[in-house]
Amino acid sequence: MSSLGSDPRLRSRFGTMRRVLFRVFSLFRKDALDSDLNEELASHLEFAIEENMARGLSPEEARRQAMIRFGGVMQAKERQRDARGLPDLDILMQDLTYALRSLRRDKSFTIIAVLILAIGIGANIAVFSVVNTLLLRPLPFKDPNQLVRLGPITGNKGGMSTATYSADAYEAFAAQTRTFQDVTGYFAFSDRDNVRLGGEGLPVPISSIMVAGNFFQTFGVDPSLGRLFTSEEVGKNGRPATILSYSFWKRQFASDPEIIGKSITLDNHPVTVVGVLPESFDFGAVFEPGAKIDLFTPVPMEEIRDEGNTLALFGRIKHGATMAQSQDEVNTLFPQLPGRVTHPEWKPGYTAGVQMMKDYVSGKLRRSLIVLWSAVGLILLIVCVNLSNLLLARAATRRKEFALRSALGAGRGRIMRQLLTESFVLSSTGAVLGLGLAYATTSYLAHEGSVALPLLNSIRIDGTALIWTLFITAATALLFGLVPAFKMSAKNLQEALKDTGQGVSEGRSHDRVRSVLVISEVALACVLLVGAGLLLRSFLQVLDVDLGFNPSHVAALKVDYDDGRNADKKVAIFEEMQRRVEAIPGVESAGITDNLPLDRNRSWGIQAKGVDYHKGELQATFVYIVSPGYLKSIGMRIRSGRDFTWADGPKSRNVVIVNQTVARKLWPGRDAVGQMATVSGDDALVVGVIDDVQTDTVEGEAGWQMYLPLSQQGNDGAQLVVRTKLPPDVLASSVMGTLRSMNPAQPATEFKPLQGVVDHAVSPRRFFVLLVTFFAVLGVVLASLGIYGVISYSVTQRTKEIGIRMALGATAERVQLGVIGNTLRLAFIGIVAGTIASFAASKLIASLLFGTAPSDPITFIGMVLLLGLMALFAGYIPARRASRIEPMVALRLN
Amino acid sequence: MGESSADSKIDLLQGTLDLMVLQTLSVMGSQHGYGIARRIEQVSGDTVLLNQGTIYAALVRLQHKAWIVAEWGISDNNRKAKFYSLTRAGKKQLLKDAAYWQRLSDLMGRMLTMEAEGGDR
Repeated sequence: MSSLGSDPRLRSRFGTMRRVLFRVFSLFRKDALDSDLNEELASHLEFAIEENMARGLSPEEARRQAMIRFGGVMQAKERQRDARGLPDLDILMQDLTYALRSLRRDKSFTIIAVLILAIGIGANIAVFSVVNTLLLRPLPFKDPNQLVRLGPITGNKGGMSTATYSADAYEAFAAQTRTFQDVTGYFAFSDRDNVRLGGEGLPVPISSIMVAGNFFQTFGVDPSLGRLFTSEEVGKNGRPATILSYSFWKRQFASDPEIIGKSITLDNHPVTVVGVLPESFDFGAVFEPGAKIDLFTPVPMEEIRDEGNTLALFGRIKHGATMAQSQDEVNTLFPQLPGRVTHPEWKPGYTAGVQMMKDYVSGKLRRSLIVLWSAVGLILLIVCVNLSNLLLARAATRRKEFALRSALGAGRGRIMRQLLTESFVLSSTGAVLGLGLAYATTSYLAHEGSVALPLLNSIRIDGTALIWTLFITAATALLFGLVPAFKMSAKNLQEALKDTGQGVSEGRSHDRVRSVLVISEVALACVLLVGAGLLLRSFLQVLDVDLGFNPSHVAALKVDYDDGRNADKKVAIFEEMQRRVEAIPGVESAGITDNLPLDRNRSWGIQAKGVDYHKGELQATFVYIVSPGYLKSIGMRIRSGRDFTWADGPKSRNVVIVNQTVARKLWPGRDAVGQMATVSGDDALVVGVIDDVQTDTVEGEAGWQMYLPLSQQGNDGAQLVVRTKLPPDVLASSVMGTLRSMNPAQPATEFKPLQGVVDHAVSPRRFFVLLVTFFAVLGVVLASLGIYGVISYSVTQRTKEIGIRMALGATAERVQLGVIGNTLRLAFIGIVAGTIASFAASKLIASLLFGTAPSDPITFIGMVLLLGLMALFAGYIPARRASRIEPMVALRLN
Repeated sequence: MGESSADSKIDLLQGTLDLMVLQTLSVMGSQHGYGIARRIEQVSGDTVLLNQGTIYAALVRLQHKAWIVAEWGISDNNRKAKFYSLTRAGKKQLLKDAAYWQRLSDLMGRMLTMEAEGGDR
């Protein structure tokens, strides 16, 4: 704002600021300043009149002369106001008032526009919040960029056992490392509901995780109450201590502020509560998505030394050390790490990748999230196109209004500015509603425990999301407002004023813009629909995967037993338990396993006896320790050989059942049944081969698997698996009664349908598919609305023309076909463009597909047909209306 | 305000008017808007076709720059009027602007009285 244009000298910054302040202040003192000016101008005129009268003029003439000399009073005032204030802001206030008034007048338009915008913007905010939480925002730890995970990065086929390390290896590495400040870990094989909390009444099953003593320190998590573990609690025969999770403390102990130092009973042993973790720390959300962990105890290193690989490792890199340096060090040190110091013959030959914690937690989801983000982006584009169209339709009814304004002297820029202000008012209102929608969605997601996505609990709309909201609100307003603003402000003034409204066809260019808009809308919807179709089909393929077992009509329940570490007694207990449960009416069969498929897993080694293998030929093998009848109960299929029997006892020959993959790899071209295998160093006779089971993931390849009899191996907990036609709830009480009669200490654990385990495993995919499908449906509905709007509008515009045609003998069918043909022409062009774009887009999501080619013809054809049908439907309604036009009525219009 | 060439012409005039106002106040001392406008008209001998109203925008601009101050007072003929007077900064500015205009008008004078002096052509 240079007001001394010819003077190039620099003015002090202070001066500029003062002028700006003057201007801003003057805005708020508008009335006072105006009356001051009025008074001043009045006195000016009086001076002039007085002088003129002194020259001998009559009072009237004196006044007239004074006015002439002064020039326009209004103009002078206006210029003075411009000079003293912020004219832009004045205009903005004017435009805002005007926009609000005009939107209020056109209620139905405003409501529809705001709703569409709210959905579009709301979906964007919600998805952005998810993306922000999972990808953009740092993890809720101190200096999260220093935190890494040590473990296999890709191609891990052995499940958890090959992603973990022994206690001796952990301690050796922690002692030797030079690039890590801290190395820590947790015991990765803890089951859910693995501890019984004693107290009044029946014991309550709760979930505990054993962590290395420095676990919380390494991650920089400070307790909200009490303290972390001390060395006396961590070491050998340490004082039993536990730290509670915030939610467990709140739920179980009603946020008792006096909890620190109190003793609670875990598995019949007293344990002292030493701390409560902060609310922000959710172990499950970061390390085991979908799991709720109640409390933490120090991992007793002495007890797990002989259990092989059990610790999942993490570390904090030293200041100044790089990831590459750490990786180098790991590459050097890990292969030398001992499996068990006292058993030097076990050479585990560890390897590990150093992976940023953030990548470990959410790296796998990156692509899915980006797809989701793009999908909502497309939705917003469709919303913009739709609104452009609505605004253009509205423009038709406002042509005279703008022509009049322009006749009164409003420049093109001024009119565009007015129209864009309206767009901003609409999009801001939509954004406010959208924020509400997004808030509801994110709070729902944050409390949705059944989706196995990390960090879900911390999803919320934060400052970044609000900034994003502002950005998309402005971008949206510009996007949908610019085209109509250009079009409307360019209207030929004369033509518009002469125009009598309906009946006279609008300019062709106007129609063309609207057609292009509808075509692009259809194309965008087509891309969305095809993408969603491909993902949906992938999801159906995943659901269709042969799991190798049959989860329907099967429920599992964690059982508790006391065998006094006597194998014979254990066998007797389980045989009796299985017999009694199978006797319950409604139970078809029952069996016992230590681990369920798609749940916790561990792996051992198996090889054909007496064969030397090259490095890399063998693979970590998932091991399940089961009772006779378990395979049948869960629906696993024995391909050849036999199931275990109770006769395969502790003292008889060791037996094993392998899956087909193992049979094929170890005894290629031969029948595996009857062969001798070496299982973790001991001989075992292969008695059966079963079909491959999806043990680790539903989507991956089935790995190597073996099944060992409960009677011959030490099992790791026990799950009773029951096949029944009855709903699990109905059976629960009688099964629980039976278990209690055998072991009064049996805690009240949940009888969970196996389908739930499968659902949990596919939940991330289901989550994405649901969302993308929802967006696609939204996109199609919006596109259909767009088509309907344009066709319907053109029918209204052409009422007279159609009337004439009908009067000249066109049949109703002919008219109807004409309108539908018009619709289909638009839809067809859009679909062709959209299909081409979809081919490109589907390549980008290829890695997210399962059992579906990116160019899957069924999906493409199906989606194109669906879109075509929607377009047909959208065009049919106005077509019907057109065919019902009464020629005489139409011609009498105007 | 000052992108197009039409605007810069107005700016030039504004600059000129501002200087005229400063000079008038410097000569006459404290003066009201009408007095300033009349004085400029008189001095210019009506060669400047000034709408007297435009003076008020210039007065606001000069006040914002703190080169003049305004105060309500009573005129010689007992009328309430707003009186403007130069500030110290305004006096300094007047000296600078006057010198600048002097140089510019000398230059323009020389340019416009320039005669064809043969040259190489």
